[in-house]
Amino acid sequence: MRPENYRPVKHPPSHEYELYFGPNHPGIEGNYAIRVRLKGDVIIEAIADGGYLHRGFEKIMEERLWIQNVALVPRICVPDPVPMEETYSRAVEMIGGLEVPVRAQWIRVMLLEMSRICAHLFTFGGNAATIGLYTNMFWGVTMRDYFLDLFEEVTGARIYHMFITPGGVRRDLPEGFLGRLGNLLDELERRMPEFEDLFFESAVVINRASGIGIISQEQALSWGVTGPNLRACDLPIDLRRDDPYLVYPELEFDVVTVEGGDALARMMARRGEVIQSIRILRQIIARLPSIGGAIRSPLPNPLAWNLPVGEAYARTESSKGETAFYIVSDGGPRPYRVHVRGPSSMHAVQVLEKLLIGARIEDIAQIMFSLDACPPEVDR
Amino acid sequence: MSDIRPKYKGSLLRPMKALSFLFREPATLPMEPREATELYRGFHLNDWEKCIGCGTCGEICDNSAIRMVDIPGLPGDPAAGVKARRPAIDYGRCCWCALCVDICPTGSLSMSREYVHVSRDLDTYLILPDEAGMHGENFQKGWAKSEDSDLLDLTRRAMGELEAEARSDNFNEVTPGYDAQTALLEASRCIQCGMCHEACPAHMHAPEYIRAIWDGDMERAVGEIYRTNPFPHVCGRICTHRCETACSIGRRGDPVAIRWLKRFAMDQVEPEKVQEIALKNGIAKSTGKKIAVIGAGPAGLTAAFDLAKLGHKVRVYEARPEPGGMMRYGIPEYRLPYDKLDADIEVIREAGVEIKCNMRLGEKENLQNLRKGNDAVLISTGMNLGRSTRIPGSDHPQVASAVDLLARITLGEDIKAPKRIAVIGGGNVAFDIARSMARLQRRQYGAVNMTVLALEERGAMLADEAEVTEAADEGIVLVNGRGPKQVKISNGALAGLETVKCLSIFDEEGRFHPRYDESDLVLHKVDMVIEAIGQMSDTSWLGDDLTEALEWRRGRIAVDDDGRTSENWLWAAGDLVQGPDVIHAVAAGHKAAASIHSAVAAKKGAVK
Repeated sequence: MRPENYRPVKHPPSHEYELYFGPNHPGIEGNYAIRVRLKGDVIIEAIADGGYLHRGFEKIMEERLWIQNVALVPRICVPDPVPMEETYSRAVEMIGGLEVPVRAQWIRVMLLEMSRICAHLFTFGGNAATIGLYTNMFWGVTMRDYFLDLFEEVTGARIYHMFITPGGVRRDLPEGFLGRLGNLLDELERRMPEFEDLFFESAVVINRASGIGIISQEQALSWGVTGPNLRACDLPIDLRRDDPYLVYPELEFDVVTVEGGDALARMMARRGEVIQSIRILRQIIARLPSIGGAIRSPLPNPLAWNLPVGEAYARTESSKGETAFYIVSDGGPRPYRVHVRGPSSMHAVQVLEKLLIGARIEDIAQIMFSLDACPPEVDR
Repeated sequence: MSDIRPKYKGSLLRPMKALSFLFREPATLPMEPREATELYRGFHLNDWEKCIGCGTCGEICDNSAIRMVDIPGLPGDPAAGVKARRPAIDYGRCCWCALCVDICPTGSLSMSREYVHVSRDLDTYLILPDEAGMHGENFQKGWAKSEDSDLLDLTRRAMGELEAEARSDNFNEVTPGYDAQTALLEASRCIQCGMCHEACPAHMHAPEYIRAIWDGDMERAVGEIYRTNPFPHVCGRICTHRCETACSIGRRGDPVAIRWLKRFAMDQVEPEKVQEIALKNGIAKSTGKKIAVIGAGPAGLTAAFDLAKLGHKVRVYEARPEPGGMMRYGIPEYRLPYDKLDADIEVIREAGVEIKCNMRLGEKENLQNLRKGNDAVLISTGMNLGRSTRIPGSDHPQVASAVDLLARITLGEDIKAPKRIAVIGGGNVAFDIARSMARLQRRQYGAVNMTVLALEERGAMLADEAEVTEAADEGIVLVNGRGPKQVKISNGALAGLETVKCLSIFDEEGRFHPRYDESDLVLHKVDMVIEAIGQMSDTSWLGDDLTEALEWRRGRIAVDDDGRTSENWLWAAGDLVQGPDVIHAVAAGHKAAASIHSAVAAKKGAVK
């Protein structure tokens, strides 16, 4: 090396070190990483390092026909794919002026709430696993799987349903489906006390999760926190009520809020939402049979479907927060530009980075899971 | 709701309740085959009998997982809209969205209720689905074609037409054409599979011009149309539209109205602009070669247009006062207005083609002179003589031939239509003359008494369905299954036509050989009988020497695939060689022109 190229390395103090946390670490949700600087086992700096899941959704969508994107959008969030389909479709409907038949709207709400339950059950499980309670993870995944069976019945697929299309849904409900959904909700209600025993009221959980990753109300609002994470700061904000879409105005449910803003509060908010989703689904089971009519409005030939020039921002209250699509059409058969507002892109980057400061190394996973961050929403 | 946060420290013992699960049924399933749900989207199934190889599944596939593969030995039939290829699916790319199933025009694609494929051999992930499924285990159908999610628009936009009262005493065009919005919607139904292109005798670029119409670019559409057809106004109105027969959308719904779309595009663009577009590639530098075309019908004029663009000096000789052949003298004006035909011919003239009318060969000019004065001669004189039934009494003056009458109507002769007329025949010509004469009847008497006597049963008729229904609207009576027996004449005047019931039309070998029930005799009391049972060519003007020298095939001049006769200076095309319609004539004209061009280009020097 030439002497003029020599740059002395600035060494950190000997008691600080840097740890690359992820992307294969079992405590990380999805393929994601955080570079943390530690002093002892206390984090003094954290930098989110995504990109491991980058598939270029937004760019790919510009290359695909309006209908083809239906097959792409659920992949943006694996545990909670229905809001993605719904939001994309609604944005397209807004630009194209498409009406969604009432029956399709009810079916969509049903799927949205089923998906919310699935996602929350999955998160309970994941959250428990981060503090070593694997039994709860198995239970969560099991209950979710029963819901996936029902999804398979309605949509023909278990995870990526690709079922909601602009203008409606692709199939009507199979015979006797609502009865089976009711049975499963009974089972879930029966199981909820067992979840309480094992998890929500376990001393281990309460001690580990209390006071971890606290977000104040001011911070939550300024950092763009949405969804259950916001409601866990005792802020009653829910798009289903505040900016209603589909048939939510006709449904009764409470906006679940919890005080505290810590990891425990976030878990409790999700538990409360599962109960509310069951309540919504019960109303749907009662109302849906009396609602007839078509399940989709006619679409033009998808190979020659030009949407008018325009733009639309559609948003949905997903299990993670405000999921939104901003779509611009230049009048062609494909979107000119699509922007996905994945709620996790706030939760897993700016919020997580700040919450981790001062936390201990063993709490990294718990904090991330309590935010219910979904890395593909970051890497769109 | 903030009361749901536990206010206590939590229990260490309550989680132990989970131990009760040791004594419960496991939630996990044993490793054995599991029944998928009825809508499950598993591996693809494809009914090869139904599949037409259109490739639309590959078009909609968002992951390019579907590729069309040519299957050797599989019968393909362009005229029926079947290609000898089937979709192959790459499960390394497929995302099981089933858009391919939802768009499949035939409904042949579906997905099975099979969950699992495990193999270390990557080639097994690329399959050619058939009905037995990926592993040949005949799993049940899962996601299949359903009206719920059908992505195709199967309903054709209706073409309006003049009300029967408004049209039945004049020769105004019956159909007004699409308006812009209707045309756009109709064009949007096309899935661009290209079946029409293959089926069209002239291989018109229908997918391209339909897409241009959908894009709102009519000038591009006209350009696409003129790539293969110099008679777009004509074909946009009276084409027999083989394209629509082959259209994939027609498998389960109404085919795209390709003909009306062509008409729409042509009607939108100003004639001057059409000329500019049609000749946008310019006319080649003069080759100095001279070519004579005899007969200004669709075949001759198409060849003349092509040859003129290639730089040859083309002169067309036409016996009648105006060019157009059967398009003018055979097709009634209410189907094809003359100004539209003139517009097409004007483009051909603009390319440098010289059309000499009122030049019947053998009078002012003859074939031997033309041979001497030109490098090549194309004859395309069509079929102008009506065939006669040759039944007793058919030589009566009140027994007329349909083609003669149609020509006379075009020529503007004052024709007295008798009060009661019978037409023998069940093809389009029969309806053309019946509807034309009915118009004259209505003009003269205010009433129609017209009977069309067809040999065929209603379902097997050769005439277009639209012709039959429109004729019925205009008050024309159709009688099916009747064969002519004799023309009754009393005191020298035509008294009527006797018909017998037709039992069958073809013999076992499929030859035309009708059998009649002679006992079922009906007398139709009419004042005039018109025969519309087919036409034939008049080739007497060729002269004995040439007739002797030429090869003939079943009464027609024998030509090779490119229209060249056994005499190396003479080509023939159109109805004279092979019918039956304008678009076939256009196709034959193109072939003959290409053949003439390569032949004269090989010849040294121009004729002095």
